[in-house]
Amino acid sequence: MKARLKFIIPLGIFLVLAVAFGIGLTMNPKDIPSVLINQKLPPLDLPPLKGRDKRLTTAAIIGRISLVNVFGSWCFACLIEHPFLMRIKSRGEVPIYGVDWLEKNRDDGPKWLKEKGDPYAIVGDDPNSKAAIALGVSGVPETFIIDHKGVIRYKQIGPMNEKIWNKTIWPIIEELRQRQKEDDGK
Amino acid sequence: MTALRNLALVLLVVSAMLGVFFFPPPAGAVEPSEMLKNPVLEARARKISSGLRCLVCQNESIDESNAELARDIRILVRTRLTAGDTNRQVVDYIVSRYGDFVLLKPPFKGITYVLWFGPGILLAGGLLGGVMFARRIKNKASRPPPLTLDEQARLKVIMDEGVDE
Repeated sequence: MKARLKFIIPLGIFLVLAVAFGIGLTMNPKDIPSVLINQKLPPLDLPPLKGRDKRLTTAAIIGRISLVNVFGSWCFACLIEHPFLMRIKSRGEVPIYGVDWLEKNRDDGPKWLKEKGDPYAIVGDDPNSKAAIALGVSGVPETFIIDHKGVIRYKQIGPMNEKIWNKTIWPIIEELRQRQKEDDGK
Repeated sequence: MTALRNLALVLLVVSAMLGVFFFPPPAGAVEPSEMLKNPVLEARARKISSGLRCLVCQNESIDESNAELARDIRILVRTRLTAGDTNRQVVDYIVSRYGDFVLLKPPFKGITYVLWFGPGILLAGGLLGGVMFARRIKNKASRPPPLTLDEQARLKVIMDEGVDE
């Protein structure tokens, strides 16, 4: 009995390590969990895109449930996501605010949106990563769900699509709406 | 066969040496325009930057990385230092945005104890196991099991025969 135990212990240690490494190695290292969840939206104040006049400020965003989408005309994944954002816009359920990140040229963002359509209520220009760093952005696209009080509730890393929307994003928005109703009722 | 192996060894050593000569250690990615005029502040900025992970390249510090995000964080570090922040305040701000992941050296706290103590505990366990194993082998070797009755009888026969011869 004792002899058998001696064989089981190393095997047990091996299995525990194998499972731990297995989980660790199959995780996507680009999915960095946000530390900003359940925190207030940081103070943002971005200039408008060239040729437009609305600044993207925290004050403009707060007040209703919304999405803040960080993108760039240089980003291929954003191009993939773009038609879906247009669909969200056409449904008119939640406004999307855009942070146009790291454009080399001030014309690039406006041109991209003009060619492909503009899904955003307001777009701020963020050439120096001011908003991106404040939001803890590491790559694009990233999308934040902001509740009616201006608290960040979720961060989607990578392009959204119908499947992710139905499975993750929309249920969160519905729950936030419920909470908003309760708050309004008080 | 050995000749082939020697050749491979020589090639390996030579290529390693060439590697050293042809690829100098990477200079920092910090561009002259980013640097602060105040050498003390600049030195502090470099020290902070070399401990912050580039979120794009992940295994490089922002001091080494050419990514645009790394550059913008370097500039932010310098802006904050110039504004009078302590090193600690600057690092805390970046951590408040990106989490502990941004620190190349994990902080010493509750959830990272396994990380800090784990290897030591494993090493100690291994050593203990090794010592116990070595001891048992030694004991076995120096003290063979006592003879069984059969063996004692046979020994007696052998001894007696030996006297006869």
